Amino acid sequence: MHQTLHALRDAPVSAWIGIVIVTFYAILAILAPLLAPFPEAASIGAQYQPWEAPHYLGTDALGRDVLSRLIYGARNTVGIALVTTALAFLLGTSMGLLAAVIGGWFDALTARVVDVLMAIPPLIFALLILTITGTSVLSLVLVIAVLDSTRVYRLSRAVAQGIMTMDYIEVARMRGEGLSWLIRREVLPNASAPLIAEFGLRFCFVFLFISALSFLGLGLQPPTADWGGMVRESAKLIGFANFSTWQTATFGLAPLLPAGAIALLTIGVNLIVDWVLHMSSGLKE
Amino acid sequence: MRAILSIILKRLLVGCITLFVVTLIIFGAIEMLPGDIATELLGQAATEESLNAFREKYDLNRSLPARYLSWLGGAVTGDFGISLANQRPISELIGQRAANTFFLAGYAAAIAVPIAVVSGMLAALYNGSVFDRMLSSSTLAAISFPEFFVAYILILIFAVGLGWFPSLANVDPGMGLGERLYLTFLPAMTLTLIVLAYMMRMTRAAILNLLAMPYIEMAHLKGMKRWRVIAVHALPNALAPIINVIALNLAYLIVGVVLVEVVFVYPGLGQILVDAVSNRDVTVVQAACLIFAATYILLNLAADILSIIANPRLLHPR
Repeated sequence: MHQTLHALRDAPVSAWIGIVIVTFYAILAILAPLLAPFPEAASIGAQYQPWEAPHYLGTDALGRDVLSRLIYGARNTVGIALVTTALAFLLGTSMGLLAAVIGGWFDALTARVVDVLMAIPPLIFALLILTITGTSVLSLVLVIAVLDSTRVYRLSRAVAQGIMTMDYIEVARMRGEGLSWLIRREVLPNASAPLIAEFGLRFCFVFLFISALSFLGLGLQPPTADWGGMVRESAKLIGFANFSTWQTATFGLAPLLPAGAIALLTIGVNLIVDWVLHMSSGLKE
Repeated sequence: MRAILSIILKRLLVGCITLFVVTLIIFGAIEMLPGDIATELLGQAATEESLNAFREKYDLNRSLPARYLSWLGGAVTGDFGISLANQRPISELIGQRAANTFFLAGYAAAIAVPIAVVSGMLAALYNGSVFDRMLSSSTLAAISFPEFFVAYILILIFAVGLGWFPSLANVDPGMGLGERLYLTFLPAMTLTLIVLAYMMRMTRAAILNLLAMPYIEMAHLKGMKRWRVIAVHALPNALAPIINVIALNLAYLIVGVVLVEVVFVYPGLGQILVDAVSNRDVTVVQAACLIFAATYILLNLAADILSIIANPRLLHPR
C-alpha cells in the first residue's frame, strides 16, 4: 500500500491525466442513475431540441435526452467491455500458462489453434460468427472474448516460458509441487506486471471493437444507450450543421460527442498503461 | 540461394495451409447454424415441396465434403453461388464492390506509405527532436481514436465547414479516375490518418534499432560521411523491416476499410458485408469474409516473403 502511494506521488503528469480521466468515467458509470437528469430510454420531449436547459446537450431523433444517454452509455459500453476483457483474460492466461507449464502436445495444439484464429482479421471473424449466433449481448461478449484471448494467450505463454527456465521453478518441481501450485505461487506472481499492462491495452481494443460493431448496428442493440450506437443514430445530423450560429453548429457535434467520449477514455487508459509499462520495465529517468 | 528458396517454400506452404484451414472455417460456419437451414429460413409452415426445392437450389442435398469442394472450386473461379436474401448471383453483387474496396485501400496506401516511410526515417535520424516527439504523441491519438471519430471530424471540417469535398463517396463504375479520386478523398484521408502514425512509428523503431548496431558505429568511426553511412550501410538492412511494416499496415487497411465505407456510404465490399450480417444472408457473408480473409493472409505472406528476400544476411549464408 505504501509502495503504491509512493509510486502514485512520483507519477508523471501524463499518468495523472490518465488517472483523472478513468476515475471520471468510473464515477459516471457507477453513479449513472443518480447523475443522469432523465431516464436512459424514455422519450421526454420533442425531437432534435437545441442545447438549452433542461436538455443541456439537446435531444435525439426519438426525443431522448442526449446527456443522459451519454452518461448511461458509460455504464453500458464500458461495463460490457470490462466483462469481455476479464473473460478474455481468464481464458487467455489460463490457456497460455497451462501451455507453458505443461508443454508438449497441449502447447503445440493450443498454439496451432491460436495461429489459425489470428490468421483471420478479428473484425471479419466476429462478423462471420455474429451472422450465425445473431446479435445478442451474450454472443457479442463471448465472440470478442474468445477472439481477444488469442493475444492474451500469446503474451502470457511467452512470459511464462521465460519464467519456466528459472531456477526457482526447478526447485519447486524437485520439491514435488503440483501443477496448480506452480501456476499460482510461482509463475503468476512473476508474470503479473506485463499482464496488468496488457489488461489495459486489451480493454482499449475490446472497447473500440464493441463500439465499432455497435456503430455498424451489430453490437449492443437499441434502446440500450451505447456510444457506438449513438454515433450511428446521429450520424446524418452532421449534414445539417452550419457554422452561422452556435446552435446550428451543434448538429455537427452530435456524432462527435459519443465518438469523442470513446476516444477520451481510450487515451486515458493508454496513458496509464504507458506509465505501468515504464515502471515495470525498470526504466527510471 | 538454396537456403532462401527453401525458407520461402516453407513459408508459402504454411500460408497455403492457413488459407485452406480458413476456407474450412468460413464454410463450416454455415453448418453451425442450429437446425436445418431450409426450415430455419422458410419457417416451420413450409411445405415439403418448397423445402425440397430450396435444398435443390442451394445444393444442400449432397454430402458436406462434396459441397465444400464445389464451393471452394466456385470461389476460386469467382463464382460464389447465389445470395439467400435476393436470389441474385453473388459474383454480380460483389464484383464491382470488391474492386471499389481495393481501389480505396490502394488510394490510401499510395498517400500513406511514402509519407510514413520518409517521416519515420527523419524521426529516427533526428531522434529526440521536437518533430520526433510530436510523432510519438500522434501515435497515442491514432491508437485511441475510433475510425468513425476521425472520419466525422474530417467531414465536419472539410465537407460541412469548408465545403471542399463531398461527405458521401457515392462513386459509380462509369466515372473517370479524376472524379473518383476527388469523391473518395475524405475516406482515403481517414484511412491514411489511421495507419500513418503506426507506420511512422514502426519505421522509426526499425531504423533506430539498426542505427544502434556496431557496424554502423564502425562506419562512423572510419570517418564516413553521414549520408553514406545511411544510404550504403543502413538502408539495405532497413529494407526488410520497412517492407514488413508496409505490408502489415496494408493488411490492416483492408479491414479498416469496412468502417470507413459505412461512414461515407461508399459502395464497397465492407458495406455489403455489414448489410449481409444484419440480414443473416449467410452465402454473401461467406463470400465477403473469404475475400477479406484471403487478402489479409496473402498480404501477410507477401510481407514475410519480401522481407526474407530483402534480408542481405540470408543472401550470403555462412
